[in-house]
Amino acid sequence: MQEIRNYTMNFGPQHPAAHGVLRLIMEMDGETIVRADPHVGLLHRGTEKLAESKPFNQSIGYMDRLDYVSMMCNEHAYVKAIENLLGIEAPERAQYIRTMFDEITRILNHLMWIGSNALDLGAMAVFLYAFREREELMDVYEAVSGARMHATYYRPGGVYRDLPAQMSQYRESPWHKGNDLKRLNSWREGSMLDYLEAFTSDFPSKVDEYEDLLTNNRIWKQRTVGIGVISPELAQQWGMTGVMLRGSGVAWDLRKKQPYAKYAEMDFDIPVGVGGDCYDRYLCRVEEMRQSNRIIQQCVKWLKANPGPVMVENFKVAPPSRVEMKEDMEAMIHHFKLFTEGYCVPAGETYAAVEAPKGEFGCYLVSDGANKPFRVHLRAPGFAHLSSMDTIVRGHMLADVVAMIGTYDLVFGEVDR
Amino acid sequence: MSDTPATSLAERLAARFGDTLTVSTQRNEITAELAAADLIAVATALRDEPGFRFSELIDLCGVDYLGYGQTEWDTTDISWTGFSRGVEGQAMGRFDWAQRPRGDNEPRRFASVVHLLSIEHNRRLRLRVFCADDSMPVVPSLTSVWPGVNWFEREAFDLYGILYDGHPDLRRILTDYGFVGHPFRKDFPLIGNVEVRYDAEQKRVIYEPVSIQPRVLVPRTIRNDADLMQAKAEAADHWREN
Repeated sequence: MQEIRNYTMNFGPQHPAAHGVLRLIMEMDGETIVRADPHVGLLHRGTEKLAESKPFNQSIGYMDRLDYVSMMCNEHAYVKAIENLLGIEAPERAQYIRTMFDEITRILNHLMWIGSNALDLGAMAVFLYAFREREELMDVYEAVSGARMHATYYRPGGVYRDLPAQMSQYRESPWHKGNDLKRLNSWREGSMLDYLEAFTSDFPSKVDEYEDLLTNNRIWKQRTVGIGVISPELAQQWGMTGVMLRGSGVAWDLRKKQPYAKYAEMDFDIPVGVGGDCYDRYLCRVEEMRQSNRIIQQCVKWLKANPGPVMVENFKVAPPSRVEMKEDMEAMIHHFKLFTEGYCVPAGETYAAVEAPKGEFGCYLVSDGANKPFRVHLRAPGFAHLSSMDTIVRGHMLADVVAMIGTYDLVFGEVDR
Repeated sequence: MSDTPATSLAERLAARFGDTLTVSTQRNEITAELAAADLIAVATALRDEPGFRFSELIDLCGVDYLGYGQTEWDTTDISWTGFSRGVEGQAMGRFDWAQRPRGDNEPRRFASVVHLLSIEHNRRLRLRVFCADDSMPVVPSLTSVWPGVNWFEREAFDLYGILYDGHPDLRRILTDYGFVGHPFRKDFPLIGNVEVRYDAEQKRVIYEPVSIQPRVLVPRTIRNDADLMQAKAEAADHWREN
């Protein structure tokens, strides 16, 4: 009789379905997983240690690069932690802007997720559809911060600048001309908020398109229904948050339970799953896109009606305007001190969390009263989720691991930090 | 944050655990300090008892308190030569391995900090355990209470060298295979110890001592002259003038 042994398989770190740099060592019994051991850290950059070596504001840009598909949500957690310790609060308009951009970010993240997850499970077209809308939203990022992804837009005490009065337009070129150019610029005649208004009125029909491709798709359901079932108890034991928890039927969302920014004033619903499998989590995320769209609409409406400051009038934390700096000695000194030394944050510790698209993104900040943080710890949702991989995929088939990696919505920038 | 104010949870913690916990409240955030020996019993009670029900462990991280409150720049006095240049000292980023600060006399250097979340009561709680011995910091592992803490403890072990007693699989997690040292300790140089490059002659990647110099652009300064109060007064003046 032939001897049959389990064999060990190496998956990644360079595999199209590994979503970056995940290395999985799997012990296989035929096609069945006996044990999975994820090796992470290939993208470890020591963000937390780097943040300890520079003034507070200089690390905001590092936050974008953690979860690099939900940039502004990461900034929000870090900025919120600093604001907690400083005891300052952003002006109302800045808080509406943050709420709006958090939701734009959520849509950006979920579009990336739906595209890449569908691609992993064999549906090519969704990826192309999703990136069409992602491009439109990245233009909003660019309009407000100058960068398509790594915006560095939030600041302790508000946001860097007010929303632009004119949305950027396509210029005529050999590739964009005539009616094509007119179509591309049709939403871009007015301000950025007009552009977003046009986008949000159009976006639900786009979500319908993704759903047409997937929700009742026989292959999609075969790959996701009943796969990676997580019970509510298991989800809590493993520190899961966000859709990973809600997909299992636990109605927990920081935007509702511990509202920050302007979420308490927003009218939106929290989708909750029933079975806790990959399909339920897919449905939750799709519905979240529709709800985020609603929140953006409400923010746009408020922001159009209520102009005002977007940064606190506290020159120890936020720089005075350039005009003032040129004329006023006091403003000049503040400006100089802020950009050479930064501001000192009172000693203490705080934990600030936001509902990032992937789950709870938290920032634990310890300050000893200096102009640099003493310790920054970033709680990344993906890190907690991925740690449960071994428990959940045992007994599944190899192909289901790919579905599971997709449903975790992993980004290694935040897992490895 | 929720229906019950934070103080009531602090009171309930004090009533239930007595001297075992040192409870403090700052900005509606509750921190409880406890001895390593009590950790497992307290954690189990916090998870299971109906008044607490901290069903989720959100986060665990290590903290190295070496050099806490030290400043490179004296901002209170000036001497006859003026202010210092703020380029001396051994703050983060200023030393390499040979010049690293020695933290031998630092009392209570390493801590393991846990953030708990109760979904039922919508409450958060921070637990802090200091390690008794700096040369071999040991804390009991919480993996038997919340299995999800597994990787967080591995991370704290990897970055700070805190040993979690009873952890089933205490391997490094974030650093490279074969890495030496615990990089987030305050006495570990920011520039690291080794760099890698591909050697064309040996046809493989080789490790070499770092060639870059440690450098810091902004000195570490502590100002506790009630900056913010002052700023508030100034802002008020500003509005009055305009």
